[in-house]
Amino acid sequence: MATVTTEAAGTPVTDVEHEQSFLRKYVFSTDHKVIGVQFLITSLLFLLFGGLLALLIRWQIAAPGEPIPLIGGLFPEAMAPSGIMLPEFYNSLVTMHGTFMVFFAIMPLLVGVFANFLIPLQIGARDMAFPRLNMASFWLAFAAGLIMLAGFLVEGGAAGAGWTSYAPLSANPEYTGVSLGQQLWCVSLVVLGLSSIAGSVNYITTVINNRAEGMTWFRLPLSVWSLFITAILALLALPILSGAVIMLLFDQTLGTQFFLQSGGGQPLLWQHLFWFFGHPEVYILILPAMGIASEVIANGSRKPIFGYKSMVFAMVAISFLGFIVWGHHMFQSGMNPTLGTSFMISTLVIAVPSAIKTFNWMGTMWRGNIQLRTSNLFGIGFVMLFVIGGLSGIYMASTPVDVYIHDTYYIVAHIHYVLFGGSLFAIFAGIYYWFPKMFGRMMSETVGKIHFALTFVFFNLAFLPMHEVGLGGMMRRIYDASNYQYLQDMQGLNEFISWSALGLFLVGLIFAGNFIYGMLWGEEAEANPWNANTLEWQTPSPAKHGNWVTLPTVYHGAYEYSHPEVSDKDWLAQNERPEVVTPYEGEPEGAGSTDVAPAGAG
Amino acid sequence: MDWTLPPNLAAGRMAIDETYYIILVLTAIAFVLVEAGILWFMFRYRNREADYVHGNNTAEIIWTAIPAIAMVWLGIHSGGIWSEIKGDSAPDDAFELGVTARQFEWMITYPGADSELGTADDFTLRNDVRIPVDRAVSVKLHTEDVIHSFFLPFMRVKQDAVPGMTTRTWFEAAETGDFQLACAELCGLGHYRMSASVAVLPADSFSTWYQTRAKEAAAEADSSFWTETPPNTPETVSGLPDDYGTAESGGEGSGEHQ
Repeated sequence: MATVTTEAAGTPVTDVEHEQSFLRKYVFSTDHKVIGVQFLITSLLFLLFGGLLALLIRWQIAAPGEPIPLIGGLFPEAMAPSGIMLPEFYNSLVTMHGTFMVFFAIMPLLVGVFANFLIPLQIGARDMAFPRLNMASFWLAFAAGLIMLAGFLVEGGAAGAGWTSYAPLSANPEYTGVSLGQQLWCVSLVVLGLSSIAGSVNYITTVINNRAEGMTWFRLPLSVWSLFITAILALLALPILSGAVIMLLFDQTLGTQFFLQSGGGQPLLWQHLFWFFGHPEVYILILPAMGIASEVIANGSRKPIFGYKSMVFAMVAISFLGFIVWGHHMFQSGMNPTLGTSFMISTLVIAVPSAIKTFNWMGTMWRGNIQLRTSNLFGIGFVMLFVIGGLSGIYMASTPVDVYIHDTYYIVAHIHYVLFGGSLFAIFAGIYYWFPKMFGRMMSETVGKIHFALTFVFFNLAFLPMHEVGLGGMMRRIYDASNYQYLQDMQGLNEFISWSALGLFLVGLIFAGNFIYGMLWGEEAEANPWNANTLEWQTPSPAKHGNWVTLPTVYHGAYEYSHPEVSDKDWLAQNERPEVVTPYEGEPEGAGSTDVAPAGAG
Repeated sequence: MDWTLPPNLAAGRMAIDETYYIILVLTAIAFVLVEAGILWFMFRYRNREADYVHGNNTAEIIWTAIPAIAMVWLGIHSGGIWSEIKGDSAPDDAFELGVTARQFEWMITYPGADSELGTADDFTLRNDVRIPVDRAVSVKLHTEDVIHSFFLPFMRVKQDAVPGMTTRTWFEAAETGDFQLACAELCGLGHYRMSASVAVLPADSFSTWYQTRAKEAAAEADSSFWTETPPNTPETVSGLPDDYGTAESGGEGSGEHQ
């Protein structure tokens, strides 16, 4: 804090620390930072659980019909008699792996953790606009997770119609043999939807109303922009899912026929509703990752973010286009083929803002002073892998090529490059970067770098060959591929993928160890260990209840690294007094100018 | 890593493979530029004073315009191929097959001696597709229960069968041989074993087999095939939707609702 000059901008200094019971402080807390950490720990546990489900799936693919090793005896008859997995259990595993990873790991890790933890700290607020609503949002998400887990315990097993739950397979229990499990799936997602909507309202209101003095829209860190846009997407998309899922639940239990053809319903209606939510959902899962990557890469390159406004407008474009591309999941569904062409065009166009962002991250690294710390390695890793996921998306966007690769492992490879290589790498970057602020202690950088290197290697070993399996024509969600002559050649590759997946899972345990060790015994963190500009680093680590002694006043954008008028250091806190430098007003010198922005021009 | 597609044995579907390879080249260029650039920056820009640069409008315009042009071109290129594949463009002399999917088998209905589906002399085989080589085959897809997907990897064919809808696809096998039909859409616990054998036969042996089979079916049809209880042996199965093969109320285009 020594180099930071904060200003008492007319706000009375209050003692914001006051005594609270354990229950109010750590369990039913309304402090956004505690809620962020609650989301972090529960979602990491769900991530671990989702990983275990993935290993079971990979076991079955590598060794179909052989008993599950080590833990095989633990499963009940209805799942895996004498350790040999049943097809219905396999379908539940596939369904629940996808469901847990999308809804209970990646989504809350990005939105629940970072929106809660970062928004008030980065905009200079004491807390969220609606702290109690925020607490409700966490506990609703927690309850939803438990309801989803309960699916494994009920008769008939957990939902088994895929995480997309296509009707009528999901709508009539006779088709899967799963009734209660599928209903719990629906109930859980309705509850989760309430949590997301409550959270979104809160994030949007907070960003609009609670910004510190001087924190104009174009001084916001890109992380806040990304979380703000994501909250708008979630607010618009989640109600569609909730509505669709309630209709599905009624079809299962009350005898309605929304998605059942036998009563005049429309099976394709489910797909339209699900993907009308589902595609914005994909961007809910990637935009915050883009925001995190922007933070760690600019900080790790000691350079202003390249094309700040392009980055913001690219995210706005992605979120708008994200609502008109859902049909690209349905090219082979029997939807009118003419519609397929329209959805193909909008889908290809959405590649453009993603490309803009990628080039701007590269531009940020260009002529920087790159620090290879763990957070930045994961940030750069995010860009490198997200590019692969983005490029492989072009194949399935092209309708003729999609005829062949749709519903194959090529799609599985693609989604994992986006959600693991993309989202999860950014989540790791964010955790390594903000861990000191969350817990007041440091994670080990050495262990972190090992974690990064091994994750990067095993991730690619596991998911790059999946493209080849998909190109060979292997369908998704196949319990036993040995029925197909043409897939026999794939078996060796499938075993290799399974071993790599096991390696990837074990590498995750290194992270878990580093996380727990850092939380309990890590070196004590300074206020600003990464020499960062944004406001959260201008308050002690960990930030106290209420965040600030005096609310900060903002004079600069979030990315004034290596400012030539600042002599003794390569960063400039957003709340540092303006007389130090000429403030940069964020216009690269008149539209159309070809000059690289000169220092401090305004 | 093998990035090539397996053999394409369908006449007239080479455009799918060509488009794939065009995209492979485009994405390979983008991939190498980006990844090599990042690695080079990570190596080059270390332990130095960073430049104070906020952006460059010309660069932004260039790297917006190039992907935009490439994507729009790809869209136009793909759109043309798509309408050839998915449009209702099966040749008039195409051999018509009725396919009804259900958990977890494929019922293949052949039009019989009169070459028309939906007449008394149709015959239906379970998980047994036999088609002539070098002749267009037009497939009318139905399902009795959930969504299934008709997937012939080596013919580059995939089309979902949706309850309450008639979906269509067509293809022309360019080589004889034995293949497998797969279900590509999760359809329940037997999804993984929902396959049918596909025999692409030389024209003469196909017509020998077909005429024999059709004659038997015609004889059965004469001896009151359409009675209250149609024969339901493992080989020959009835029980198709009532409207099977009749004029669809929803029109002829694939993907029209009934």
